[in-house]
Amino acid sequence: MNNAIHQPQTVVVLGGKSDIARAIVVALDSASLRTVVLGCRNTDTADAAGLEAQLSGATVTARHFDATDHAGHADWVSAVASDHGDLDIVIQAFGQLGLDAADDPVAAADLVNVNYAGAVSSGLAVADRLRAQGHGVLVALSSVAGVRTRASNFVYGSTKAGLDAFTTGLGHALHGSGARVMTVRPGMVRTSMTEGMDDAPFTVDAVDVAAATVNGLRKKKAVVWAPAKLQGVFGLLRFAPDFVWRKLDT
Amino acid sequence: MGHQELLTGWGRTSATSATVESVGADDVAQVASGQRGAIARGLGRAYGDPAQNGGGAVIRVQPSANPVWIDTVESTATVDAGVSFDELLRRIVPHGFFVPVTPGTRFITVGGAIASDVHGKGHHRDLTFGHHVLSLDIVLADGSERTIGPDADADAELYWATIGGMGLTGVITRATFRLLRIETNRCLVETQRLPDLEALIAAMSDGDADHRYSVAWVDLATKGSTVGRSILERGDHATLDDLAEHAPKALRNPLAFAPGSLASVPPVPNVMNRLAVRTFNELWFRKAPKQHIGTPTLTGFFHPLDGVGDWNRFYGTSGFLQYQFVVPFDAIDTLREIVDRVVANGNASVISVLKRFGAESGGFLSFPKPGWTLTFDLAAGVPGLGPFLAELDQLVVNAGGRHYLAKDAHTTPDIIRAGYPRLDAWKAIRRSVDPDGRWASDQARRLDLL
Ligand SMILES: Cc1cc2nc3c(=O)[nH]c(=O)nc-3n(C[C@H](O)[C@H](O)[C@H](O)COP(=O)(O)OP(=O)(O)OC[C@H]3O[C@@H](n4cnc5c(N)ncnc54)[C@H](O)[C@@H]3O)c2cc1C
Ligand SMILES: NC(=O)c1ccc[n+]([C@@H]2O[C@H](COP(=O)([O-])OP(=O)(O)OC[C@H]3O[C@@H](n4cnc5c(N)ncnc54)[C@H](OP(=O)(O)O)[C@@H]3O)[C@@H](O)[C@H]2O)c1
Repeated sequence: MNNAIHQPQTVVVLGGKSDIARAIVVALDSASLRTVVLGCRNTDTADAAGLEAQLSGATVTARHFDATDHAGHADWVSAVASDHGDLDIVIQAFGQLGLDAADDPVAAADLVNVNYAGAVSSGLAVADRLRAQGHGVLVALSSVAGVRTRASNFVYGSTKAGLDAFTTGLGHALHGSGARVMTVRPGMVRTSMTEGMDDAPFTVDAVDVAAATVNGLRKKKAVVWAPAKLQGVFGLLRFAPDFVWRKLDT
Repeated sequence: MGHQELLTGWGRTSATSATVESVGADDVAQVASGQRGAIARGLGRAYGDPAQNGGGAVIRVQPSANPVWIDTVESTATVDAGVSFDELLRRIVPHGFFVPVTPGTRFITVGGAIASDVHGKGHHRDLTFGHHVLSLDIVLADGSERTIGPDADADAELYWATIGGMGLTGVITRATFRLLRIETNRCLVETQRLPDLEALIAAMSDGDADHRYSVAWVDLATKGSTVGRSILERGDHATLDDLAEHAPKALRNPLAFAPGSLASVPPVPNVMNRLAVRTFNELWFRKAPKQHIGTPTLTGFFHPLDGVGDWNRFYGTSGFLQYQFVVPFDAIDTLREIVDRVVANGNASVISVLKRFGAESGGFLSFPKPGWTLTFDLAAGVPGLGPFLAELDQLVVNAGGRHYLAKDAHTTPDIIRAGYPRLDAWKAIRRSVDPDGRWASDQARRLDLL
């Protein structure tokens, strides 16, 4: 159960090695947190112990999870729930940048399969469980890259646009069920995903996204921008003429 | 057929969705509980999550056509569990009776009063509501109905597991309990204004025993030299002679009881901001004379907040918490420390309540035990509440105290376990009557009560 001050007892991460997701788990730590499940492609490198050491008392376990195993997602969620009870917060954090996707149709389809199709199948499986337990929050990591797609990463951006449309819509579908979805739209974040890349404007750290996420949960928001400024920035950029947008995107 | 409903407690936090079934006592056994179980719900006046059950069933027991029987010779009443204290008082006060114990609102049910083993301003003398129950009917997990009481040896354990058992032993359908005889619908109340916490502690430590009722309203929202300035109210039911002396006009209809309908608070964003709280408290404490004897009505004395319906909406969409704990009398330093922390933290709202408890009632999970109990409200949306409350929780249990399950909405299984030494014994009894886990609530899941 999430208690009255939005502290969860059980948190599940899909894409359990994600720097952003792990920072969120740390920000959610409290005397109430008991169980963290890290769903990872490769459990050997999950470093559950490393995360556990950052928490005050919760047990962290790694469990094999692949975003592309669409057919297995429903069973995966059921198995986690039967081992650990109610899922209070599920963080959907897997994702790839797919730098070669624009030049390689197969790599592009693979990216869609992870970032979008994986989010849809696992998101529906999670929603089913949350609906059945009458409460819980799915936190989905979208991106501003999907708000207006750019020449430099439009395939990635398109997967996030799809994910974002899916998770915000799922939130509406769950209205009144006790379950909620919160879609998080970060700008550029310094994590392993963006390692070696130059900072874009408004670049933040994983802890900043985590703080914004926890704040959004407290306020029961449907959408969170990180940093918050990006909401206004994209409110304008979204409608900038194409030639202006292309100019900004260099 | 039930309907799906999002439910919260009075604090309007942690909403979950359940199938609500409104049934008569005879149909309780038929309610399908499924994998997520079922729990009884009264009027939802518990602040947190004990009367909700995400994904499962929530049972509202509807009163029958003749829900209240009074035995005027024995001074007892037999009442359907779904009857509210509001209705009960409307029926019994005109006959010269009052409930043996009432909480600060009359919008609770008899079932809720037993399941939370509620206390009132008279706890130092009258103990809890459960203390006055003579027998109760309960529907058990296997569908059987049993009448149990405090003395019938075989069932005494189940009885004391049910008193304060938060609905987790079964659904109470009816209860017989003692009534209190009263001569009038007024109280004779002495009000004293005290400058600070030390003066209040001294005044309460000496003199509570002379009155049936005693409670203090404390200002924990104002910093500075007036920390703990308070209003101490001590009183008794007014006799006809008292009215002749103090309020002769009230003698015209001394047992009338017909409180008016409620003014409602429209849904608003959080208007309980710090400024509003301070202004309110300033007015409240200024208004009270240094010392005064009055004859408030029963409602005015026992249920002052009931004049404003839905006042919980003042806190806006984030809702609020009511923090209530008890620490033993010898842990007075912990009480002082918590008061200092709450004042320093600056988020306590409006009026806080301090009271001295008498003996335990016998319920395995009943909250009151001898000591000081303090109650205050906090807006749940305030950032950083978690660490602050976790520290208070620890101070309370370290001092041998505990938290009230009917109010709790945030704490942990460890804190509850530390506060309730008979928890394991209670669980064993509970499991013996519910081996397959038919009864379940959000609170039970959150606090590992099952
Ligand atoms: C303004 C206000 C003032 C209050 N003051 C006090 C006070 O002074 N002292 C005090 O002790 N409490 C106080 N309370 C708390 C309140 O008295 C308790 O929470 C009480 O249990 C609420 O009763 P309810 O009928 O609304 O029950 P609910 O809140 O609906 O349920 C509370 C518990 O009772 C169980 N329950 C309800 N009906 C049944 C049944 N038929 N069979 C089995 N279990 C059942 C539920 O499962 C749940 O665990 C106050 C609350 C408010 C809002
Ligand atoms: N960093 C940014 O600038 C930024 C900005 C906006 C949005 N986001 C989004 O935020 C989320 C978290 O990103 P991050 O920055 O924390 O990156 P990260 O540290 O690289 O985390 C992404 C994780 O996804 C996992 N993953 C990839 N493919 C998977 C698959 N098929 N199955 C299961 N897991 C898979 C990766 O696991 P492996 O370790 O096994 O590769 C990796 O741990 C992503 O959805 C990302 O798109 C990031």
